[in-house]
Amino acid sequence: MPEKSSTVSEDTLASLERGLDALTTEVADRRPWWRRGLGTVVPPLCAVAFLLAVWQALVMAKVKPDYLLPSPAQVWASVSEQWNLGALPRAIWLSVSRGLFGFAVSVAVATPLGLLVARVRVVRAAIGSLLSGLQTLPSVAWVPAAILWFGLSPMTIFVVVLLGAVPSIANGMVAGIDQIQPLHLRVGRVLGARGLTAARHIVLPAALPGYLAGLKQGWAFSWRSLMAAELIAQSPRLGTGLGQLMDTGRELTDMSLVFGMIVVILLVGVAIDQLIFTPLERVTLRRRGLAQA
Amino acid sequence: MTLTDIAPDAVAAKTDAPAVRVDGLVKRFGRGPLVLDGVSLEVSAGEFVCLLGASGCGKSTLLSLLAGLDRPTSGTVTVTGGRAGLMFQEPALLPWLTASRNVELALRLADGSARGARSWAARRERRAEALRLLAVVRLENAADKRPHELSGGMRQRVALARALAQRPRVLLMDEPFAALDAITRDVLHEELSRLWAETGVTVVFVTHNVREAVRLGERVLLMSSKPGRIVEEYVVDIDGERRIESPDVAALSIQITERLRAEIRRHA
Repeated sequence: MPEKSSTVSEDTLASLERGLDALTTEVADRRPWWRRGLGTVVPPLCAVAFLLAVWQALVMAKVKPDYLLPSPAQVWASVSEQWNLGALPRAIWLSVSRGLFGFAVSVAVATPLGLLVARVRVVRAAIGSLLSGLQTLPSVAWVPAAILWFGLSPMTIFVVVLLGAVPSIANGMVAGIDQIQPLHLRVGRVLGARGLTAARHIVLPAALPGYLAGLKQGWAFSWRSLMAAELIAQSPRLGTGLGQLMDTGRELTDMSLVFGMIVVILLVGVAIDQLIFTPLERVTLRRRGLAQA
Repeated sequence: MTLTDIAPDAVAAKTDAPAVRVDGLVKRFGRGPLVLDGVSLEVSAGEFVCLLGASGCGKSTLLSLLAGLDRPTSGTVTVTGGRAGLMFQEPALLPWLTASRNVELALRLADGSARGARSWAARRERRAEALRLLAVVRLENAADKRPHELSGGMRQRVALARALAQRPRVLLMDEPFAALDAITRDVLHEELSRLWAETGVTVVFVTHNVREAVRLGERVLLMSSKPGRIVEEYVVDIDGERRIESPDVAALSIQITERLRAEIRRHA
């Protein structure tokens, strides 16, 4: 031990530090889980109840005749009829599996593309602005071209989904990498991370929040594009997805069915977002202290 | 401090070569003005040296050069014992990793591409070593906390454990306590003094706080600003207890502050 002894003894310093740590650390939210859950579940349920009430009120005020504005009960009856017939489960399965498959292919294409745009200056200069520009193009605009290229085949639908989702996901990746704090890259260099090691331990994890936001948006675009394509492209070869089922409702002037399908499409899109992407995003952000518990 | 008090290998190093040697170091960025102009210094193994200066004296640039993050325009920099550990003013912990994982990553990267670095056994070993290092800074109970759950002082201690994980001979510190509150800073001064005494690591500590420099260092090097040069050297010869409030610390601080102010007035 050098003569330059510490001013306070070992034990005093240790307890001093522990006291300071206790004082400066925040206490976690100790409300029971169901109380915290209540706070997130009740408000949206109230909002839905309110919308249903407004809808019912409009029906009762007879703003439009009931074949143009069916009541919630009529829509419910129509949806449960389709469900019992088995047409609705089949349509949901067909659309969801198409949507998720198209989304998965989009992820596989967009991820390396995003990495390339973010890291290679020439590539960014060449297609960077094109990629963000493509995001503003409604993917339904691709439907006529896709039909001419691929006919009324599943390929048409996949191409439209792909063109809708890839720009969002790739842009998310680019944004995620652009938003990395320079300090974190510097730390990586100090610790000795270079090239691929740096990519694996620093760049990719640091870019994850932006990437996840891109995935979330990519799913929304996939689902939207899919519905646009299904509504326009009608053929026995394509089977009956949710879009086609809705179009059947239009042909039969069955407003309850059309309304029901709008609600189902909305619910499926929201459900997948809430079951897969939102939890993933929330866990990631919360771990980094970027979101409230 | 006597030679026998330091770790044996540090003694050997002390008699051999200095831990840090800088010769005629010049640095300018692009065509900009000179940042460092002919800086020469030597730091013995196991020594605690403070670099003190006002803004724009290039102390952070000097530290980056010592850390090998940048190349000198001319002159030489030699740091023995491989890569130096570096601590910034910000803790700079990676927010997606727990405290322990941050330290483990440093261990992992220090292992480099050594075979078996990814095996389960190696992982367990790194975890154990990280816990040991966190215990050194008394944070073994916070090992599985994430950076945002820790206070500023605790984060900076994790950063210290991470810097130690690089097993550096030389620890470079760039105003590491500047952003902390006074009470925490005071405690961390104690902590750093203790650690330095126990490990025999060489410390180069950059600060603009005169009292901090005198409180911690064995030697204080005063730098001028624009361009940065070393203008004065003070040996802190205070025996026994040393606190930021000690009269001895205050007396030397006044002397250094006068010199520092004279240096700043030159720019008026």
